[in-house]
Amino acid sequence: MFDAPKVILGLIIFVGLATFPLWYNGASGQAGNLPDLVYPDPAAHGTQCILDKEYMKASHMDLLNQWRDDVVRRGDRVYEAPDGRKFVMSLQNTCMGCHTEKARFCDQCHNYLSVKPYCWECHIEPKGSF
Amino acid sequence: MSCERRDFLKLAGISTLLGLAGRGTLDALAQQVPEVAPRERPLTAKRWAITIDLRKWTPQDSEACIRACHDEHNVPHFDNPKDEVKWMWMEDFEHSFPSQENLYLSEEYHNRQVPLLCNHCDNPPCTRVCPTQATWKREQDGIVMMDWHRCIGCRYCIAACPYGSRSFNWRDPRPHIHGGDPERLNRAFPTRQRGVVEKCTFCEERLAEGKPPACVEACRSGAMAFGDLEDPHSQVRHLLQENFSIRRKPGLGTQPEVYYLV
Repeated sequence: MFDAPKVILGLIIFVGLATFPLWYNGASGQAGNLPDLVYPDPAAHGTQCILDKEYMKASHMDLLNQWRDDVVRRGDRVYEAPDGRKFVMSLQNTCMGCHTEKARFCDQCHNYLSVKPYCWECHIEPKGSF
Repeated sequence: MSCERRDFLKLAGISTLLGLAGRGTLDALAQQVPEVAPRERPLTAKRWAITIDLRKWTPQDSEACIRACHDEHNVPHFDNPKDEVKWMWMEDFEHSFPSQENLYLSEEYHNRQVPLLCNHCDNPPCTRVCPTQATWKREQDGIVMMDWHRCIGCRYCIAACPYGSRSFNWRDPRPHIHGGDPERLNRAFPTRQRGVVEKCTFCEERLAEGKPPACVEACRSGAMAFGDLEDPHSQVRHLLQENFSIRRKPGLGTQPEVYYLV
């Protein structure tokens, strides 16, 4: 092989640059910054969300879409959870009535996963995080 | 509904008992799930309509009704009339009722300012042209509703509406609601985003809570009334029977449901 040292050096530099995001994140400790959610004060709001935590974690967006269609398009405003509790279907009033800190709740996972829901272009965040 | 009322009374009774137990109340509340407070009975109708008595209408009403509506719904205010967003507004008689502008019209009406809002037409042209069904006439009560989630901002509906009832958000409205002061937003209601059409929704969110439309509530002179046009005993039906009424551009066949008593 001609110019083996140069080629190998070039390869090493290339691999280093291509994998830069991976090792840089690892070295800077950023990769360990998992979302740190602040849950509503249990004394004020209880500990039970509308549906169970695992469902809400994975599928809250489906519930919100269903609520949106029920309220806006069908004029039906009250949601009955499987356990019989009833809620007014409203992101801005019901959800954010408990989850009052958007920056320390919603944004935590959304930023981590780099999803940018546009709910907040219209719906008003609670005062704490405006 | 009666069931919810019952639940509410039960809850109220239990809360009172717990209240007697002092600190026990706090502990019990801590266990309470954040359930909804049962709502007032929603106002329903087969066909909502508004009557506005122009003889009773006062300049104070113009101010109070428009402010109540626009504050309630976070309607932005732009200084440039090209950007104007309005749910309720004033217009002179001649331009409100172009077909009624007879020669030598009485001074009283010639100079009169008329409150205008979405007519919630029985045969709305705006809904027919919407390509995404972001606006439609509600089957249950005739309100011409909007789904701001679905509006793509094509503005066909603005072109179709013969009454100028629809406004387009050419700019981000947030900085123009109360001069961008977040403290003064109505936090129970959303704003809109740039690129979306908006208009009066007959306060359907207030009707659902059993409240009258904001403009009717704010109208101190009693010039405005609302009710079910298909209920022969409703206030609007009585008013329409006892007074002569006109509607805007009736010849277009849109069947507007805002009646002006003159």
